[in-house]
Amino acid sequence: MLELKQLTVGYSGPRGAVLSDQNLAVSPGSFICVLGRNGAGKSTLMRTISGLQPALAGAACLRDDDIAALRPQTRAQRIAVVLTERIASPGLTVDDVVAMGRTPFTDWRGRLSTEDRKLVTEALELARATPFSGRLFDDLSDGERQRVMIARAIAQTPQLMVLDEITAFLDLPGRVETMALLRDHARSSGSIVLLSSHDLDLSLQLADSVWLLDGTGGMRVGSASELIEAGDIGRAFDTPAVHFSRELGRFELVA
Amino acid sequence: MSVVTTPELRSAVGSAALLGIVVATAIFALSWGMIAVPWRDVFAALGGVGDPLNAQIVLGLRLPRVLTAILAGGALGIGGVLIQSLFRNPMADAWSLGLTAGGQLGVALLVTAAAFSGPAAIAFLRGFEGISITLGAMLGIGLFALAMASLARRVGTITLLVVGLMLGFTVQGIISVVLHFANRVGGRVFSGWSDGNFAGVVLSDLPMIAVPVAVGLVLAMFIAKPLTALLIGETYAKSLGTDVTRLRRLTLASVVLLVAPITAYCGPVTFIGLIVPHFARAIARTARIAPLMPLAALSGALLALAADIVVHAPWEQHFLHLNAVLALVGAPVVIALLIFSPTMRGQR
Repeated sequence: MLELKQLTVGYSGPRGAVLSDQNLAVSPGSFICVLGRNGAGKSTLMRTISGLQPALAGAACLRDDDIAALRPQTRAQRIAVVLTERIASPGLTVDDVVAMGRTPFTDWRGRLSTEDRKLVTEALELARATPFSGRLFDDLSDGERQRVMIARAIAQTPQLMVLDEITAFLDLPGRVETMALLRDHARSSGSIVLLSSHDLDLSLQLADSVWLLDGTGGMRVGSASELIEAGDIGRAFDTPAVHFSRELGRFELVA
Repeated sequence: MSVVTTPELRSAVGSAALLGIVVATAIFALSWGMIAVPWRDVFAALGGVGDPLNAQIVLGLRLPRVLTAILAGGALGIGGVLIQSLFRNPMADAWSLGLTAGGQLGVALLVTAAAFSGPAAIAFLRGFEGISITLGAMLGIGLFALAMASLARRVGTITLLVVGLMLGFTVQGIISVVLHFANRVGGRVFSGWSDGNFAGVVLSDLPMIAVPVAVGLVLAMFIAKPLTALLIGETYAKSLGTDVTRLRRLTLASVVLLVAPITAYCGPVTFIGLIVPHFARAIARTARIAPLMPLAALSGALLALAADIVVHAPWEQHFLHLNAVLALVGAPVVIALLIFSPTMRGQR
C-alpha cells in the first residue's frame, strides 16, 4: 500500500511548493494515472514518490515505510522508475539493460543467479520485448527502447512502479499497448503502477484512479467518471480556446 | 543458434584464450630481437640456469620491457573500459581525453619546480624519483580528469575528444619548452617523453608501477557493478540504489591509479585504452563492466606486447616509435568507429 501523508512536494527557494498537503492511500494492484498541465508538478510529485527528491513536508510511505528514509538499495528493491530520458552507451545490449533491473538484488560483483536470469527472461516476455533480445540498445527505435525500459522495471520486481511521461514518444497504438500492458501488470503482479501522462482519453479509460493536478497546488483524486461528473477535468485543462465537454467526454474548441 | 552463451561464459573462454596468447607472445618477445635467444635458453634463463650472457639479455634487458608492456597494456585497457563507461563515450580514453597529458604536465612541473628550488630539492627528488614522478602524474591526471568530467556535462562526445587531443598537443609543447630549460635536472624522467616507450623501465622500477595498478584494479572490481548501472544514465543509476557522486569519485580514483604509473614510467601510450574496450565488448557482447575487465586487460597487454615486439624487432636502421606502431592499428579502428558506431549516430 502506498500512502501520502500530508505530503508537500516542490523546491526550496522561490519556486516553493508545487503541491501541498496531500493525503491518500492506494491499494496494491492499482493502475494510477497522474494528469495535469505542463508545470502542474507531475514530475516533481513522481520524483518525490520515487525517493529521488526530498519532500518539503510530510511523507510518502510504501507499506508503512517512509520512502525518503529507506536505504538506497532497499528503496531500489521496492521501487522501479522509468523515465523519458534518452540514453546511449557504447555496446550496451537489450539484455544488459533488462538485467540491470536485478542490480539491487545481486552480490557485490553483480553476478546474475539462475533466478535472476529467469526473471529477466520473463520480464522481456511480459513487456513483449523478447524479439529485441541480443540486439544493441542503441539500434532500437524510441518505442522499442521504451518497452525494454519497462521490461527492466518489471525485472526489478518492485512493489511500486513509477513511470514519468513514458508514452510521449510513442504513436497511438504504442500508447494504448503500453498503458494496457502496465494495467495488466499491476493486476497480475499486485504492484502499484503510477503513470504520469498527457494522454487524457486513454488515462480516463484505463486508470483505476486518476490523480488530477489542478496547477494551483491542489490535486483531485477519483475515478475517471467521478472527475468528469464533478467538472474537475474541465477546471484543470480548459483554456479560453479549449473546453472539456462533460457530455462528450472530450475536448472541444470554443466556438 | 542452439548453444546458449552468456557474456560471462564468452568472457571466460575469451580470457583463457587471450591469456595463452599473451604468454606465448611474451616468450617470443623474450627470445626475439637483435640477438636471437632460442626459446630453450629463454626457459633456462627464466629458471635461473644456463648461459650468463643469455640470462643477461633475457632477464636484464628484455624481461623488464616485456613485463612493463603487459602491465601497461592491461592497466590502460581497464582504464579505457572505466573511462568509456563513466563518460558514456566510445571515443574516451586516458590519452584521447588528455588525462595522459595532465600526467606528463604534472611530472614536468614537479621537476621544473625542483630545478628552480635548488640542488637540495633535486637531490630529494632524485632520492625518491619513482614515488615523486608517480605522484606528480597522479596529481596532473586527477586534475585533468576532474576538468574533463565537468566539461563533458556541457559539450558532446566529439568536442570532448578534440579538446582532449588538443590538450595533448599543448602539453607536448609545454614539455618541449621545459626540456629546453630543465633538461639537465630532469634526468631520465624526460627521456623519450615525446613518445611512449616500455624499454626505459628497470626491474627495480616494476613495483612502483605494479602496486598502484593493483590497487586501481581492486577498486575497479568493486565499482564494476554500480558503474554498470550508470551506463543507462544518472537518474536510473540513482533509482537502482547507486550513490552517483561517490561512484564518480571512485572511478576517477581508479583511473588515476591505473594510468598515472604508466604515464610516469612509459610516457604517453596512445590508442590502447581507446580501442581495447571495443574489442572486449565485441567478444563478450555486453557492456556490463565485470565481464569486460579480464578481456580488456589481456587484449590490452597483447596489443602493447605486439607493438613492442615490432618496435624492438631487429631492424637494420634503428628502432621504430611505439606510438607510430600503435597508430597504424589504432587510428583506422577509431575512424571506423566514428563512421559506423551506432552510439556515435546523432552525436557527430
